[in-house]
Amino acid sequence: MAGVGSACLLVGLLTAIYAGGASLYGARTGRREWATSGRRAIYCLAGLTVSAFAILEAAFLRSDFSFALVAEGSSTDTPSFYKVTAVWATQDGSLLLWSTLLALFSSAVLFLTRRSLRDIAPYATAVLAGVAAFFLLLMVAWENPFDTLAAPPAEGAGLNPLLRHPAMMIHPPMLYTGYVGFSVPFAFAVGALVTRQTGADWIRATRRFALVAWTFLGAGILLGALWSYTELGWGGYWAWDPVENASLMPWLVGTAFLHSIMVQEKRGMLKVWNASLICGTFVLALLGTFLVRSGILNSIHAFGASTIGVQFLVFIGLVVALSVALILARLPDLRSEARLDSLISREAFFLLNNLVLVGLCLVIMWGTFFPLISEAITGNEQSVGPPWFDRLTTPLALVLVALAGIGPVLAWRRVTWSSLRRVLVAPLAVAGAALVLLLAFTDAADSTSSLLMFCFVAFVLGVVGQELWRGTSARRVMTGEAWPRALARLTGRNRRRYGGYLVHAGIAVLLLGVAASSAFLDQRDVRLSPGQSFDVGGYHVTYREPKAQLGGDDAGTGAPVSLGAVLDVRKGGKHFTLRPWRNYYASRDPSLGAISRFFEGEANSEVDVRWGLRRDFWLAVRPDLGPLQRQIREADTKFASSSGDVQALVIAALAERYRNDPPPAAFRAIVSPMVAWIWIGGAIVVLGALVAGWPSPEARLRRVRSLYSARLGRELSRA
Amino acid sequence: MDPARKRKIRLAVALGAAVCLAAALVYTSFSAATEASKPSQIAPGRSYELTGKVVPGSIRHEGDDLRFRVRDRDGTASVPVAYTGVVPDPFRDGREVIVSGELKHGTFVAERDSLVTKCPSKFTKDEERS
Repeated sequence: MAGVGSACLLVGLLTAIYAGGASLYGARTGRREWATSGRRAIYCLAGLTVSAFAILEAAFLRSDFSFALVAEGSSTDTPSFYKVTAVWATQDGSLLLWSTLLALFSSAVLFLTRRSLRDIAPYATAVLAGVAAFFLLLMVAWENPFDTLAAPPAEGAGLNPLLRHPAMMIHPPMLYTGYVGFSVPFAFAVGALVTRQTGADWIRATRRFALVAWTFLGAGILLGALWSYTELGWGGYWAWDPVENASLMPWLVGTAFLHSIMVQEKRGMLKVWNASLICGTFVLALLGTFLVRSGILNSIHAFGASTIGVQFLVFIGLVVALSVALILARLPDLRSEARLDSLISREAFFLLNNLVLVGLCLVIMWGTFFPLISEAITGNEQSVGPPWFDRLTTPLALVLVALAGIGPVLAWRRVTWSSLRRVLVAPLAVAGAALVLLLAFTDAADSTSSLLMFCFVAFVLGVVGQELWRGTSARRVMTGEAWPRALARLTGRNRRRYGGYLVHAGIAVLLLGVAASSAFLDQRDVRLSPGQSFDVGGYHVTYREPKAQLGGDDAGTGAPVSLGAVLDVRKGGKHFTLRPWRNYYASRDPSLGAISRFFEGEANSEVDVRWGLRRDFWLAVRPDLGPLQRQIREADTKFASSSGDVQALVIAALAERYRNDPPPAAFRAIVSPMVAWIWIGGAIVVLGALVAGWPSPEARLRRVRSLYSARLGRELSRA
Repeated sequence: MDPARKRKIRLAVALGAAVCLAAALVYTSFSAATEASKPSQIAPGRSYELTGKVVPGSIRHEGDDLRFRVRDRDGTASVPVAYTGVVPDPFRDGREVIVSGELKHGTFVAERDSLVTKCPSKFTKDEERS
């Protein structure tokens, strides 16, 4: 089967090259049939990559260790769920996932535009085929996921336990969908530039793809944060890690792009800016993929130094150079059709929001690459930590939230002061009320930036609430519908507008959670013996008893040994029990003893969290194996050559000993307020994006009708 | 004011803001940065971000303290480290770590919770090939 997989990739590479060549030839000579053939070759490519991916998945599910990749990244005792995800935990597998998603996305967009954009689409096909060819070339020449082993091992190395988390099932594919999705608008932008058709057609055709990509990327980032919160055992959700930053950067620039294309659609302005933004987004998406794999920056995500760093850099350099050259060559065609009329208008505020978003991206980029920059300037590798990022990004985030409130209520072109007053009075009153309440009843004043953020969030929610209320009541007056029906109809008929409001509300809620949980968390690290207690954030926590479990941890990650603890938590009259665990995965290091390899391998925390809308109680445990070491060493020598069953009994005895005579264990407890709102806000954003992006048959009908009536009008006036 | 002049002023304001941001970026990053150093490079009297590998067999628990030695990635020079706080999951003998702190009386006294572990290399290809 590995041969078939390799063949799929090789044929795929040839198909991609053909698709690019045929569409370019068709576009240059005006021979439509060649462009059509190029487009169909992309469908073919999708079939080939999907087949290759299916073959690889099947090999993982079968635990076929003759595949080098399976032997490295899976094992028979890895649970099936994680066998499926293990494919993209490896570099080669994730390249294949990238190519597969790219081919699928390309096919979808080319199918949808097969009857429109006849000039732009062939060039877009060529760009997409070029990107696909690059990824296929990487696999065919350097990182073939179908490499086989002459002597397959009896057992594989297993999936990295850190990656055994449900969020890991969808986090990488979502990020990749986001990265890949942005290649679609990029390709069409290039097509539009090449053909000098720089109107808003390419934007209309790919807006939805950009929105889908943006949503997936955002949801992927958030799932990564959730993984960090519940799996990494340190209790935070964001660490300004280079790879986190790498995924956030294209998302920020993509956000700017989604806003500024509206200005181009409505007013024909900002064309150079839009073309630059989408090129930037695509390059940053490539950079994100590159950073995960290159290991040039110290990161928790550097899952292995890469062998394809140079190739990636060359490709990124090529994309940057070609994009810049193309935009410069087309500057005369990118002139604005209108000018900025007033600084108090929606387009001016969109521009401002764009500048802040791009500024935010530049700040993050500078910090991420600072080790490289400082080494180039001073000769010493230096790095900036999370405090630096927090200090610089907080003010920008505050401005952004304020703009998210003001922007949507401003009219295009220019705004009169009286209308401005009319839309801003109520939201400002809400923000003011929030300020007074926060100052009177909470200690929010301890952190000025958080206090400001709370008020701005209240402002944004006030704006969104006011818009929904006004629209709904206007509709009720006109149609006499009931409230829920009027609201649903209103949203359904103006999906982009109200979807946008929802997204803004979601982001505001998300940042509310970030501001509250980062400024007001209580954290304690303690060492306790059973029966001892400690206090954190008003909670009284007692270590009731130790736990030990063999073969079958609660989270189903396939850990042979789990040690844990049961703790009682009390606050006032409330009482609950938490059971954090620590899972131990056997090492395959032959230098370790037969028994100690079960304790000296990978270990990671299964934290227990009491989720709540007001605050989370987060608890992790690190059992101390020190006092057991002597017994483990003794067992190593005594039972080195015993059968597996005997060894299992020995381990059970050790676990029993841990339970009966427990040494003190280290605990980390965190009481962090309103973390749940980060995930809730994220869900609202996804919902809003769905509303904004869902195709509306009515809107299409309206568009077609207006086109027809315009044509009819022209013909009538001619007659 | 005529529109052309107005645009020029806007451009100047925007450029000014950009220059300010850039200056803030450069200034704050260089003043806040810590230098990553190998055990063979550090001296007492200033703070460092120490990088290197955990010397196998050197990890000891002393009450709440964690003691271990870090050695150069590509050498033999090593320094003892005294650390308190949370220990990342992948911390092990031979792992590559980053920890911030200061050299005092021959021991690298680490800041609380500053220990970062690079990810397990067991699962990477290079390790297997080497």
